[in-house]
Amino acid sequence: MKTFWNKYRYLFFRRTTQIGLLFLYFGANAWGWTVLMGNLSTSVLFNTIPLSDPYAVLQMVAAGAVIATDLIIGALIITMFYLVIGGRAFCSWVCPINLVTDAAALLRRKIGVDNFAKRQPATRNIRYWVLGLSLVISLAMGVAAFEFISPISMLHRGVIFGFGFGWAAVLIIFLFDLLVLKNGWCGHICPLGGFYSLVGKNSLVRVHHNEENCTECMKCKVVCPEQQVLYMIGKESIPVLWAACTNCARCIEVCDDDALGFSIRKLVNDKKKGE
Amino acid sequence: MKNRTESDRRKFILGMARGAGITALSGFIWSAYVDEVTASQLLLRPPGAIKEKDFLKTCIKCGLCVEACPYDTLLLAKPGDHKPLGTPYFIPRDIPCYMCPDIPCVPVCPTGALNEKSVTTNGKLDINIAEMGLAIIDRETCIAYWGIQCDACYRACPILGKAITVEYSKNERTGKHAFLTPVVHADACTGCGLCEKACVTEKPAIFVLPKEVAMGKAGSHYVKGWDKEDEKRLKDATEIKSTTEISKGTAIDSLNSGIGGLDK
Repeated sequence: MKTFWNKYRYLFFRRTTQIGLLFLYFGANAWGWTVLMGNLSTSVLFNTIPLSDPYAVLQMVAAGAVIATDLIIGALIITMFYLVIGGRAFCSWVCPINLVTDAAALLRRKIGVDNFAKRQPATRNIRYWVLGLSLVISLAMGVAAFEFISPISMLHRGVIFGFGFGWAAVLIIFLFDLLVLKNGWCGHICPLGGFYSLVGKNSLVRVHHNEENCTECMKCKVVCPEQQVLYMIGKESIPVLWAACTNCARCIEVCDDDALGFSIRKLVNDKKKGE
Repeated sequence: MKNRTESDRRKFILGMARGAGITALSGFIWSAYVDEVTASQLLLRPPGAIKEKDFLKTCIKCGLCVEACPYDTLLLAKPGDHKPLGTPYFIPRDIPCYMCPDIPCVPVCPTGALNEKSVTTNGKLDINIAEMGLAIIDRETCIAYWGIQCDACYRACPILGKAITVEYSKNERTGKHAFLTPVVHADACTGCGLCEKACVTEKPAIFVLPKEVAMGKAGSHYVKGWDKEDEKRLKDATEIKSTTEISKGTAIDSLNSGIGGLDK
């Protein structure tokens, strides 16, 4: 059996980065810290390095704004990180809404909502429609459209600068995920998740499955917020290549048979196998 | 087999139509919402803010200006504030802009929504040329206009004597006193709101509004003939001739033809 630490180590690190980042932002506003200032839309690291949300910048481009150099550099740094290394890691390692939707998913499992809401009537491709729509509306209205409704921004801005009625948006997401659609926000609707899926499609860090060790207990599929990406469990020893995987590593932790683990993707090998 | 492909095709077409319909529906709702939340005109932006329409486009809502403000003047619009979400603004009656000479809120802006150039004179930051808004005096409730002695706004003004002056006039009601009334000058006023903060009336009789709201516009066809700068606008002007039924002849012909030309 695994130790407690082994079962929750990645979860611990994820929560640490998620809450730690918010704490640094909060400290910047409340106590004048200069480690990481701003918020997840745009921040400044150590008073020098700009970091920007590339999806927000993309909407600004669609809206017809003049994009400043700092913004381009900041968006490039973030894009390159997820493009080359992280994949969709933003969603499970940085985004504060992940705390909310993970809590909803946990409660959903605990009280057995899935038992009476078995059907998942929505496609996970909604996020790409929303992504496209956000750019069309940005173009038509001349403002970054998603930034005005994003519950993600409402949450991180709320923590840093004060909530107002932002808690209501967060509660809506929680209840939606709990009662309406399993993994509804992060797994179906959120265009930022869709954006990072596209960006991180070919990133290097991947979860790998070792079929020889697998006992087909399917614990990994139970915890996975994007369970369609684990189609190979018990069938093939291949990495999880589908873009929707957020690298949250919950599957690795719940696996008692050492059949899953992080590894660097082998580009040549994967290409031969195709996707 | 044939039946099956047909029903598959039908399914596909119906599915696509449904997707397009839902997308259009949510697109309209989303657009209407965005239009509604960005329509708020009555808010004051930090110094150096570009035009409101461009500001909404350009501001990425990072809050760096808010963090840079040493007086906690600037706020980031929260849900429930009824302001464009996440954008910076200030309420002068609560905390006005204290017009820091180094304007810490502007250079930190990563997007250029706060434009450093618009608050720079001769390569140096100059808060006195900021245009955050314009102070407006309600003469009905300003007690100085009643004849009571008060110059709180005049004293509070950081550009004392230029943005607000005090005008003397005779108080005809008493016959032996003077009115000392404040007057705001739009060319010097930055809209910092220190006057609004200082105003002694229950609800301020002097208050800052965005310039687009506070000011009228004469139109470009009015040229101040006595103003050399304004006259320069005529330098490259070209004549535009338009002909109507009445003006196709000369003016004199039109007059001599009686009212015949006018009642058509």
